Amino acid sequence: MTSLILALVITASQILLGLAMGCAAFRMLRGPRAQDRVLALDTLYVTAMLLLLTYGIQTGRTLYFEAALVIALMGFVGTVALGKFLMRGEVIE
Amino acid sequence: MMQAPDLPTWAAVIIGLLVLGGSVLTLVGAFGLIRLPTFYARVHATTLGATAGMAAILVASMLCFSVLQSRPVVHEILIALFVTLTTPVTLILLARAAIYRDRSEKAPQVPDMPGARRKG
Repeated sequence: MTSLILALVITASQILLGLAMGCAAFRMLRGPRAQDRVLALDTLYVTAMLLLLTYGIQTGRTLYFEAALVIALMGFVGTVALGKFLMRGEVIE
Repeated sequence: MMQAPDLPTWAAVIIGLLVLGGSVLTLVGAFGLIRLPTFYARVHATTLGATAGMAAILVASMLCFSVLQSRPVVHEILIALFVTLTTPVTLILLARAAIYRDRSEKAPQVPDMPGARRKG
C-alpha cells in the first residue's frame, strides 16, 4: 500500500517535471530573443537532471545519479559558452 | 512503469512529500518562464527550480538511498554543490550579455551604466 502510493506520487512528480520541460521548450522555440532561448535551455537542462533523479529514486539504481551529474556538468559548460557568445560574438578569444 | 522501492512508511512519506514539493516548485518556476513579460523578470523565475526544487529532490534521493542501503549515502551532495556554485555564474553571465545587447541596441527600458558619462 505504501509502495503503491509512493509509486503514484513519484509518477505524478515525473509528469509535473515533464510539464516544466514543456514550458521551457515552449520558451526556447518561441523566445523573442536569443538570451530567452539560452535561459530556456538552461532551465531544460536543470529540469531534465531532476527528472533523472526521480527515475533513480523510482528504480533504486545509482546509475541515474551519474547521468544526472554529467547533465549538470554539460549544462553549465553549454550555458557559459552560449552566454559568452552572446556577449562577445566568439566563444574562445 | 509505475514502481517504487520498498521503504518503511516514515521514509516513504518524507520522500513522497519532498519529491512532489520539489517538482511543483520546478513547475512553478518553469511556468514563470512562460508568463513573465521581460527577460530580466524571467531570469529570476527559473532559479526556483535550480535551488529549492533541486534541494528537495536531492534530499529525497539521499534519504531513499540511505534507507535502501542501510548506510549514509551522500554522493548527491556533489550535484547540489555543483549546481549551487554554477547557477549564479551562468545566470549573471547571461544577464550581463543580455544587458550588453540591449544597451548596444539602445533598447528603451534598459538603464544606463551607473557612473558612466553620457556622451552628446
